[in-house]
Amino acid sequence: MSAAIFQWVGGALVVIGSLFMVVGAIGLIRMPDVFTRMHAASVSDSLGVGLILLGLIFFAGFTLVAVKLIFLILAIAVTGPTATHAVARAALVAGVRPVGADGAVIEDAEPEDEEVRP
Amino acid sequence: MLSAAMIAVLVALALMLVRALRGPTVFDRLVAANSMGNGAIIVLAVYGFLSGRPAFLDIGLTYALLNMIGVFAVLKFFRYGPLGHPGEEETT
Repeated sequence: MSAAIFQWVGGALVVIGSLFMVVGAIGLIRMPDVFTRMHAASVSDSLGVGLILLGLIFFAGFTLVAVKLIFLILAIAVTGPTATHAVARAALVAGVRPVGADGAVIEDAEPEDEEVRP
Repeated sequence: MLSAAMIAVLVALALMLVRALRGPTVFDRLVAANSMGNGAIIVLAVYGFLSGRPAFLDIGLTYALLNMIGVFAVLKFFRYGPLGHPGEEETT
């Protein structure tokens, strides 16, 4: 149980996380519609960031830097999907409609009722 | 391994920039900008570890919050006009 195994595990996590980010960026370019692009970018991007930061925790050990990394993971896990949801809802309200699998625009997609408040 | 991850994230940033420049609506430009913000946080964190000074994480933590606020500010601007406007009257 030395530092070498921690560095290998951390390095593997960082590489896998960066691959997720590249896949998310490729999805952002190749997807045909605003909403599918948003989904590809947000989901794989948040996962990739979480994995990279988790791998960096293995590099850092039991120091204050690991605590900061944990807070950074929490911050991105909360704010990332919230921002994407806000953009998706704003796109629906603004009149952008999703495109179906056969290329036809789905006209009857409505944003949910605005009266809903917690 | 950290250098390989850094290069991969920089490639991902370049791809997101293509969508930010090309996207027909403002919403996919905004999503691309949000994702580029996350990529920038990763570049900061990995560079901090590569150069031996993990103090860059503080900047990343601040920018993670500012990124979300920025997305909301742009959305509010595009819906309600200048940001001094209080918005529609609330239906209580």
